[in-house]
Amino acid sequence: MSSTKYILGIFDDPDDLMHGIDNLQKNSVPIYDVYTPMPIHGIDAKLGIKDSRLGYAAFMFGCMGGTTIFTLVYYFLVHDWPMDIGGKNFFAIPDFIPVTFEWTVLYASYGMAFTFFFATHLFPGRAPRVMDLRATNDKFVIAIDAKGNIPHEDINTILKEAGASEVKHNDRKYVSYE
Amino acid sequence: MASHSESIIREPLITGKDITYGQITDDILRPVENMPSKAWWIGFTVASLGALLWVFSISYTFWYGIGSWGLNKTVGWAWDITGFVWWVGIGHAGTLISAVLLLFRQNWRNSINRSAEAMTIFAVICAATYIGAHMGRPWMAVYSLPLPNQYGSLWVNFNSPLIWDVFAISTYFSVSLVFWYTGLLPDMASIRDRATGLRRRIYSVASFGWTGSVKTWQRFETVSLILAGLSTPLVLSVHTIVSMDFATSLEPGWHTTIFPPYFVAGAIFSGFAMVQTLLLVTRKVLGLENYITMFHIESMNKIILVTGSVVGVAYITEFFIAYYSGGEYEQYTFLNRFIGPYWWAACMMYGCNVLMTQMMWSKKVRTNIPISWVLSIIVNIGMWFERFVIIVVSLHRDYIPSSWAMFYPTWIDVGVFVGSIGIFFTMFLLFIRVMPSVAIAEVKLLLKSASEQAKKKQIAEGHLDPSHVEFYKANLIKFDSVDQSEYEKA
Repeated sequence: MSSTKYILGIFDDPDDLMHGIDNLQKNSVPIYDVYTPMPIHGIDAKLGIKDSRLGYAAFMFGCMGGTTIFTLVYYFLVHDWPMDIGGKNFFAIPDFIPVTFEWTVLYASYGMAFTFFFATHLFPGRAPRVMDLRATNDKFVIAIDAKGNIPHEDINTILKEAGASEVKHNDRKYVSYE
Repeated sequence: MASHSESIIREPLITGKDITYGQITDDILRPVENMPSKAWWIGFTVASLGALLWVFSISYTFWYGIGSWGLNKTVGWAWDITGFVWWVGIGHAGTLISAVLLLFRQNWRNSINRSAEAMTIFAVICAATYIGAHMGRPWMAVYSLPLPNQYGSLWVNFNSPLIWDVFAISTYFSVSLVFWYTGLLPDMASIRDRATGLRRRIYSVASFGWTGSVKTWQRFETVSLILAGLSTPLVLSVHTIVSMDFATSLEPGWHTTIFPPYFVAGAIFSGFAMVQTLLLVTRKVLGLENYITMFHIESMNKIILVTGSVVGVAYITEFFIAYYSGGEYEQYTFLNRFIGPYWWAACMMYGCNVLMTQMMWSKKVRTNIPISWVLSIIVNIGMWFERFVIIVVSLHRDYIPSSWAMFYPTWIDVGVFVGSIGIFFTMFLLFIRVMPSVAIAEVKLLLKSASEQAKKKQIAEGHLDPSHVEFYKANLIKFDSVDQSEYEKA
């Protein structure tokens, strides 16, 4: 039994990486995750990651922000302290629109951004779970959980054939905890 | 796909030979990972002296009150609001570049958006200081918020554009900040993974534990796109509301329905000029010529030309409407801009903003770096005078000739203004020192599709229409970062 925990296929080029993902999937090797220095379109579909629902979150937060400020302004200017300005309506809806718009945008942005941080576990002080330090620089990394049934040598070959510049067998899951 | 090649007739967005992903990281992080250059220290010293002047002038204002400014009974708003509108306007280009150009899929934004967004944030901070300063008693700023208080509660007046402005500016600042910082996370992680010791720890906290996994990237792109969609109407609303501070009054020269679009166009105009001012220097000093290319400079100049012309049309419309309205006070206000004592300010406004920018119809001007830089400074000056003319010149002669007055700035007025420029540059210089001034991940996206080397490979492979290749090569001549000799022999 080897002590390898994760096998990393390290690529120099995103197209080779895509090729590597295809080859692994053809050979039924489950992929743990892929780390890239920039967003590569198409990997998410290959790995079966569903479309983000953050848009719905943004919409709901936006509705919440708009409703909150409109209700507050209604309470302030119509209910709690109505001001007679030349006999005009207390409930002057057009005047309430700018602030309602601003808070809709504010809540939508912050609500969505914080939902994103929460859902992807991003927060100041979180220990970075990095498998290869070059994955934020110039390497494109496919991580494979070594606990599968497929012999590790076969995985090496598949990755090498796809154009991996390097295959690493890591004994620890994350290198960044050192 | 990353390797989807772009049409040859498009100009390259990354120039230079043998650029790799690693090279991009190295080039962009050079100012962050090395000791600053002499140029940086000189700039930083000058800027911090300016910031110090600001601290002194603001302290003086708070100690002795607004009386230390040159305001009088007739001209109750002058340099402070001029400075406020000027800075808010400058801020608009950052959001325009990062949000609007993202929605329009303008890939050239990728190498300038980060510093332009930083500029937005610093400009809005500068703008906000004027509001705080004009309150005279800044601890009273809390009363601009609808908070329960001991007077009843006496709420703020939501019918007033000034309160809309409080909401607009604070929302704008907050949303720009979250947009900017979310975009910074992957690049901070790049610094973290190359650093050691304390540096690594600091950037580790700052990068929120970013790893670049597939799901994070996918969500990240969704967030960027939606934030861009939200920021676009937001940025338009901000200067619209700033213009309503004036337009909803009954003051001749202010009471104009054209103000919202006119102010927004002016804001984009002045903002792009400031981006140009900063980036032409930054690219040289930080050696980013391969990423901020002549194409970027020319594109920005084109936007300056378009928005400058929009502003020009707005000026003409204002004059026509003043004439056509038949309102004698309105007519006098606009005539007074030329025949009154402030004729020189109006000449600066119309000359710098409209006449000078028309020079940019010439390609020679648009692609000449020193001239572009000088023109960008001229636009910055012109746009400051635009606000000065709108505010001070409209106010100084009101309905009653007995109350006509002139505005003379005191040295505190000057100190606050010059100081705010110092604050801005201090923050900007610190930013390029500690954070990546170009969005590393976004520039990497362009390497395989829109770089000069990718296009060279395409040409070498053949299969292209020769006239397209000729067109492409002819476009490369203006690039200062392209080795022209390679194309002559081909």
